[in-house]
Amino acid sequence: MNDRMGAWRRRHVLGGFIGLAALGAPAILRAAPSGQPVKVGGTLSLTGFLAQTAVIHKIAAEIMIEDINSRNGFLGRPVEYVLLDDQSKPDVARSLYEKLITVDKVDLIMGPYATAPILAAMGVAQRYGKVMIQSSMGIPNLQTYDMAFPATPFGPEPDKTYPNVILDAMASLPTPPKSMVIVTSKFPSAQFMAKGMRIEAEKRGVKVPLYLEYEAGNRDFGAIAARVKEANADFLWVGSLGLESNQLLEALRKLDYTPKTSFHLYPAPGPLALSPDGNLVWCSTFLEPDEPFMSRPGMKKIAELYKERATKANLPYAIIDAQAAGMVAAWQILEAGVNGAKTLEDKQIAAWLKKNVVTTVYGPTKFDGLYNHGEPAQLIRQVQDKQWKVVWPKQFVAPGVKLIPT
Amino acid sequence: MPSATLLGQALISGVLAGGMYGLLALGLSLSWGLLRLVNLSHFALAFLAAYLTYELGTTYHVAPWWAAAMIVPVMFLIGIAQHWLFDKFKVNELASLLITFSFAVILEVAIQLYWTADYRRFETHYSTMSIKAGPFYIPVLELALCMVAGVLAWGTWLWLRKTYVGKALRAAAEDADIAAAYGVDHKKLAYLLSGMGAAYAAIAGTFIALIATLAPTQIWAWLGVVFAVVIIGRLGNPLGALLAGMLIGASESIAMAVFEPAWAPVVSFSVLIAILLWDPEWL
Repeated sequence: MNDRMGAWRRRHVLGGFIGLAALGAPAILRAAPSGQPVKVGGTLSLTGFLAQTAVIHKIAAEIMIEDINSRNGFLGRPVEYVLLDDQSKPDVARSLYEKLITVDKVDLIMGPYATAPILAAMGVAQRYGKVMIQSSMGIPNLQTYDMAFPATPFGPEPDKTYPNVILDAMASLPTPPKSMVIVTSKFPSAQFMAKGMRIEAEKRGVKVPLYLEYEAGNRDFGAIAARVKEANADFLWVGSLGLESNQLLEALRKLDYTPKTSFHLYPAPGPLALSPDGNLVWCSTFLEPDEPFMSRPGMKKIAELYKERATKANLPYAIIDAQAAGMVAAWQILEAGVNGAKTLEDKQIAAWLKKNVVTTVYGPTKFDGLYNHGEPAQLIRQVQDKQWKVVWPKQFVAPGVKLIPT
Repeated sequence: MPSATLLGQALISGVLAGGMYGLLALGLSLSWGLLRLVNLSHFALAFLAAYLTYELGTTYHVAPWWAAAMIVPVMFLIGIAQHWLFDKFKVNELASLLITFSFAVILEVAIQLYWTADYRRFETHYSTMSIKAGPFYIPVLELALCMVAGVLAWGTWLWLRKTYVGKALRAAAEDADIAAAYGVDHKKLAYLLSGMGAAYAAIAGTFIALIATLAPTQIWAWLGVVFAVVIIGRLGNPLGALLAGMLIGASESIAMAVFEPAWAPVVSFSVLIAILLWDPEWL
């Protein structure tokens, strides 16, 4: 028994040294991928109304392809990303995925950005039996194709689970809010979450005296701000996209009103963190460049590269967050699926993903639940000294950080 | 039922937001009404001016009014250059829609190439300042915008009615051949008016930089409502454009205060349809 244990230990120590040597060795000493490139086709909304976020995904994808190719590529072959611009239009995304599969003959596909283009691409993927990994579909129950996999841990029912994360955080405050105003964009994924928030809040005894929906791209928040001020609830929940949160908070300040505590769903992170109105606001996230996330494999290097590339691309907010991390995770899943199944055959990759756990920047990720989702991991971050800090749930909070009541 | 304070505040907010509609409509209305050119690139020029104001303000710390003083003359020249192209290629009313749409798309791409598609916000300490009047708050920037729009609309209206150049422009718009017989050089005046339209776009752009969110696709966000404003205010009528802007802005805001904010975009076109059905004499 002791001999066997000793042999086991020796093998592992030796294996550990070899592994460390391989990791520490310069890239030139490792086997570089060679041969015909594996073509992975995909679209992003490089122009049009979703372009603000798609550019983040593009940078993240480029970093990941370099990263994958600096290791062993896919099955020892280099990876080539055939990227097309779907102009933020689902119909264009549909046509381009058709082209990528039938004309460009790509080996694999990568999902586009945002729910509507993803749904359009998913139909094409299903018709041709292609595995599709996507990072940004905010309404999981629309992902009905069994070979579509989410890279971002929304969980199968974020409209039920995430509101309760927020309500738990609210309950932890010294004076828990008893009433909530909900203001949301009619953008589908925001509206979906807002409806869930209303139901869950009322279930837990938090009154919702005002629920408002506005059109995506609303220009004037003056009247909405006047209604929010008049309702004067303990908590303001905003189903915002982009700069809508800044616009609403500014409109409120013009009325000399500051909400007691406010939550913002999908705002532009930089402008809200840096705004004078943004101090201590809450927001959804899955990851921030802080502990415990930075200790995840490869995260530090990816965060540094992202900052460098985003600065070079003239992005006003060059810090990695959940948007870019979603794309990073998508490529990590595809890499794990291909190299795990040891094939480019879509059905076998899908089967492998369903049976295995993939470690991504979001941590261990499973696909064995409803709509191929695993456990939800949507968190709350708060602006503290013009920086985003994860403040809830407690197990994801960095040492020395806490949820600051307003 | 909303309170009187809420309704009053919504009305103030709407009228002031309508000032922006009116200011954007001003140049478009002049070009469409007096030159018979539907200039869709007007919105792109306004956003180019907004981005330049943002760039000068955030990178070089130039105050917005100094930025406007630099940008407006440049835009005036761009307006003249644009009209030179219209003149050279004998662009008519219908073709102008297509050509200026192309200009706008090119400008949108150019803006995205330089400033990226990401959102830009020009933060100033006065962007959220308000004047308190009883229970109401009047945002200072929007008030300034309305005053500038009012001065420009009133000044342009007087200029068109009281000066020889203005009368000549109106006469040429009615019948260019007859006006020419009376010695009106319509072509030269058209250059002046085109330059003015672009300069008005630049002034609107300066305020857009201070009040709104900048993203290249936002160029198209104002198009529908401003078109409705131009038609309701009557083509070529600067005062009409401003008043129609305020009417639409106030209607949208009241709808947001009383009903659902999501109904606001329906309001401008409902007002337009109602007025077209009514067919008043002034239209």
